[in-house]
Amino acid sequence: MEFDDTVAVGILHSLSGTMAISESTLSEVEKMAIEEINAAGGVTVDGKSHEITWIEEDGASDWPTFAEKAKKLIDQDQVPVVFGGWTSASRKAMLPVFESKDAFLYYPIQYEGQECSRNIFYTGATPNQQAEPAVEFMFKESPVAGKPFFLVGSDYVFPRTSNTITKAQLESLGGEVVGEDYLPLGNTEVAPIIAKIKNALPDGGAIINTLNGDQNVAFFKQMQSAGLTPENDYYVMSFSIAEVEIDTIGPEYLADHFAAWNFFQAIDTPASQKFTEAFKAKYGEDRVTNDPMESAYNMVYLWKAGVEKANSFDDNLVREALIGVTFDAPQGPIEVMPNHHISQTVRIGQVTPDGQFEILTTSDGPIAPQAWNQFEPSSKGYACDWSDPDKGEKYLL
Amino acid sequence: MTLLLESLFNGAAIGSVLLIAALGLAIVFGLMGVINLAHGELMMLGAYTTYVVQSFFKLPLLEPLFGGYIFVAVVVAFLVSGLVGLLLERSVIRRLYGRPLETLLATWGVSLILQQFVRTVPLAWSTGLWLAAMVALAGPLVGNRLWGLRQRPWLLRLGSWVVAAAVGVAAAGWIRGAMPKLARASARNVDVTAPRWLRGGLDLGDWTLPIPRLVIIGLTILAVVAVYWFLNRSLWGLRIRAVTQNRTMSDCLGIPTQTVDALTFGVGSGLAGVAGVAVSLLGSVGPNVGGDYIVGCFMVVVLGGVGNLWGAVVASAGIGVLTDVIGAGRLLEVWPQMPARLQQGVEFFATTSMARVLVFALIVLVLQVRPAGLFPQRGRMAEV
Repeated sequence: MEFDDTVAVGILHSLSGTMAISESTLSEVEKMAIEEINAAGGVTVDGKSHEITWIEEDGASDWPTFAEKAKKLIDQDQVPVVFGGWTSASRKAMLPVFESKDAFLYYPIQYEGQECSRNIFYTGATPNQQAEPAVEFMFKESPVAGKPFFLVGSDYVFPRTSNTITKAQLESLGGEVVGEDYLPLGNTEVAPIIAKIKNALPDGGAIINTLNGDQNVAFFKQMQSAGLTPENDYYVMSFSIAEVEIDTIGPEYLADHFAAWNFFQAIDTPASQKFTEAFKAKYGEDRVTNDPMESAYNMVYLWKAGVEKANSFDDNLVREALIGVTFDAPQGPIEVMPNHHISQTVRIGQVTPDGQFEILTTSDGPIAPQAWNQFEPSSKGYACDWSDPDKGEKYLL
Repeated sequence: MTLLLESLFNGAAIGSVLLIAALGLAIVFGLMGVINLAHGELMMLGAYTTYVVQSFFKLPLLEPLFGGYIFVAVVVAFLVSGLVGLLLERSVIRRLYGRPLETLLATWGVSLILQQFVRTVPLAWSTGLWLAAMVALAGPLVGNRLWGLRQRPWLLRLGSWVVAAAVGVAAAGWIRGAMPKLARASARNVDVTAPRWLRGGLDLGDWTLPIPRLVIIGLTILAVVAVYWFLNRSLWGLRIRAVTQNRTMSDCLGIPTQTVDALTFGVGSGLAGVAGVAVSLLGSVGPNVGGDYIVGCFMVVVLGGVGNLWGAVVASAGIGVLTDVIGAGRLLEVWPQMPARLQQGVEFFATTSMARVLVFALIVLVLQVRPAGLFPQRGRMAEV
């Protein structure tokens, strides 16, 4: 294909270190999206077609490295946009860089919210697009509806913030939280937590799980051997278990438990199937797609749409043009909102014995994102709106 | 009463994981004085061995015997980690005896190498490599019995290397074909699935005993008894203890001290492999799994008293029970009417994170009073 010009974008994920396993999949789908866009004629600005190329840097699972590489991409390579990050820690490390240089980061992961930067577009779910509907489902519709809750998480910022929101939400719903505990990172001895759950929930109940990576394996294996299984009315709702994780934990330990996401590979629409098939064709038949990957895929397309709408690669024009842009994503239609987050559809899935999800409920259309959580006392009543200069990052509703 | 039993069982369950992980280190660090930071990675190799053995048992031919894979895994894991330990001792450690700092750095380096090894080398090739090494080691022993070969040692040596290489390549090739999951290198954690009988619980009225925990407790007892027997009742155990107490004298009396060193390190490493099988029942198996246990291992050995097997047993049991009592908030159940002020304090510490902090603080206190651990014993201490 003939192009009039090229434009290089930045890709910044961990390709080495602990996070590489998860983050490298994002880099893969972003490149896939870029190739798809190129094959369809690239990005058109001022009537000239541009081929997208990428400059990739390795964040190496090390947060200062993310900041350093972000600087390099902005100053030296002069990229108009950076797609990057996974952990909240890496985003927090890059945030001051993007703000001070007035550059642009697209961040694809569901996270704890409570942030709304002028220089970041967040395409993952905020708590009201994942955690809150999930807790409401457990309280009202799950097999353990009305029973008490126990909260388990890894000991760092996301689980603690997420559980603060969950507790406030359950209080307003009239639910009961009978205990919570956090496992220090790097510790897989879950026996005391299992003993506590048993004591706190003698007749079963809902367990909200925000454990990280490996700790899930220990947790689910030992829950099962301690008899805390779905047959005995112990149902776990997880916020960080997707198709890829089921594969490593083993479906026989996870079957019948729940997860909440915006995208599941099991979504039965042409857009979703096309996405998964394209990924498998490019990276291998045994690979699976999941929510963070879909989100990373979407953000490349959103950026392209923003650039074409602004008819310029200029950051500030794209920032303004991007608000209100819609895209027919694998999960369904999404729209960029004035608070730099995305309206998305929320789904609850139940793990099937063959390692996929059966989608139980789907929200009625996309749900608007709340950057500032409405259950958390410190942010209640606040919102974010970058389309109005007087409102900005945090204003009182 | 149930509460006491439950707490004791949980304590034993946590303690047994610590003990089985620390047992090998109690020998390597305790008797030989080698600070082996790669101990966790030797466990990791044991856990990966479990995964490979399990993959064999998923083949149609062995499928009916799947439930018994763990017994095979224990033996193979001992041999895999033991062999790696042996090579490690011969190639690295033996040049560093009496230099704890260098040993520490070198073994840390080895631990990184082993982690990267499982990430980048497909398990099919690792298995082939191990088989080849086993054949190369065993070849001369078998060949020596054949009269024709005994006369020509060079032919014997050459022959075993050729046979070993052929066996290794053939095995790796066959595994690649038969088990596609092992054919590709992956940094991702692997899924070790316990058979049905190892997954459930044993129901005793309203109390369920998790079977994996029972198996680990059993395995730990077995391992401790075996180590005790080996050290105190066998000829090589006697030699090991002799070298530990006085190397020069042992050397004079004709004990092959270098062989004793290699054997001791090999046995300690092999035990790490067995521990790897045990922890694969509980948690996840990945390149980083060793890091989760290494601190606990050193904690048990140091608290128990370096060089003392029973010290390690008592220390791990103590840490296990304390972790459960504090972390699961048992005091609140035993004494529900405790004063409000006290209750707040107990509740504050009744989380897993705080229990860990408190257990570490208690260990520091104990070591203040007894700097050489609970049961100090004189060891070789790396022949300083």
